[in-house]
Amino acid sequence: MRYLCLIYDEESKWGTMPKEQAEAMMGEYFAFTEGIKQSGHYVGGEALQPTQTATTVRVRGGKISTTDGPFAETKEHLGGYYLINAKDLNDAIAVAAKIPSSRIGSIEIRPIQEFN
Amino acid sequence: MDVRERIDQLYRSDSRRVLATLIRLLGDFDRAEEALHDAFTAALDVWSREGIPDNPRAWLVSTGRFKAIDKLRRAARFDAARGAIAEQLEAAVPPHGGDEAEPVEDDRLRLIFTCCHPAIQPDARVALTLREVCGLATEEIARAFLAPAPTIAQRIVRAKGKIRDARIPYQVPGRDELPDRLDAVLHVIYLVFNEGYSASSGESIVRHDLCDEAVRLGRVLVELLPEPEAMGLLALMLLHDARRSARTSASGELILLDEQDRSLWRQAQIAEGLSLVERALYSRRFGPYTLQGAIAAVHAEAATASATDWRQIVGLYDVLLRVDPSPVA
Repeated sequence: MRYLCLIYDEESKWGTMPKEQAEAMMGEYFAFTEGIKQSGHYVGGEALQPTQTATTVRVRGGKISTTDGPFAETKEHLGGYYLINAKDLNDAIAVAAKIPSSRIGSIEIRPIQEFN
Repeated sequence: MDVRERIDQLYRSDSRRVLATLIRLLGDFDRAEEALHDAFTAALDVWSREGIPDNPRAWLVSTGRFKAIDKLRRAARFDAARGAIAEQLEAAVPPHGGDEAEPVEDDRLRLIFTCCHPAIQPDARVALTLREVCGLATEEIARAFLAPAPTIAQRIVRAKGKIRDARIPYQVPGRDELPDRLDAVLHVIYLVFNEGYSASSGESIVRHDLCDEAVRLGRVLVELLPEPEAMGLLALMLLHDARRSARTSASGELILLDEQDRSLWRQAQIAEGLSLVERALYSRRFGPYTLQGAIAAVHAEAATASATDWRQIVGLYDVLLRVDPSPVA
């Protein structure tokens, strides 16, 4: 079964992190990604650019409106994702708990809706 | 005893075990509940004519499973996906049941761990456990927690939906996960007992039905998974519950520990609690439930309030604060 692991953390934490720490974190991400490729969990995954680059689009009454920034004003933002294949929720939780950001932010696990 | 009485009795004693096994075989709570119902209905009909089988539990499991697969097959005419499920289920188990049809104790443990999964909202864990593991009706759970029945029903439906859609597995956690997962299970049992014992709500101060269910759950857990903290929790509940008759006055008011008539304490239950505390302490892997059980044990051993070994109690509280700084005590 496929699950999307949404990575939420505070962007400011990344910004204020000492260089060595940020590099170490990136290293951990590479190792983690390599690890879930080896284990067969990996389907896809990307990091996102900061929320200041975000644009929100709505179409109402046929009219497109765009606003600057993310949809929700919260402290923690969506910073990236992994799409994984897991046996069940416990398996998915075990994978999500190894995402480096789970220690400073949080990971939301969402099962993928399959349409037959 | 006539067939109907025997079936009623079987329903009370074994329906939860049969349900637990049907959930494993059918992979779905609602389908298993329907199958359980169908199996008991069929039993009434078939057993009246042919007599009660040698192994009624196995009969109920294989009949329930057969009925569920049969229903899916008939629905397959309108919905091909159901036919596929029916085939899968059919293939999963040898057709004549054999040992697979015999409810195994592991299934009950699986059911407890699934109902108390940390991915389910805490309130819903309690309701789901009482409903599925203890077999309480939604209305009974609602009455016990002074909540409207639709609220409880909705919690249960949502939890079952999450188990199905997010695929919460029906299994006993592995060794590395066990400590955390067991904590969640113990906490649910503790909440059920506390709601019964400390009577935050309801007409009477103590709700014995909830205390009884919690003790029953504790016993199942200790029987299937004799971990020290499971024993500690069961001991804690037994020792508190042993004072049941001495705890309230004839007019229903609470009687404090040092004013209770200790001759009303149930000695057999105290003895059982004491031996469980000892076993848990002896393991040296105990935690807050065992320590609270040990405190209850010191009180239980004192013939009078003034004979209480307060030094030992203070010592136990010190250790308790170190392992669990939350103000449980």
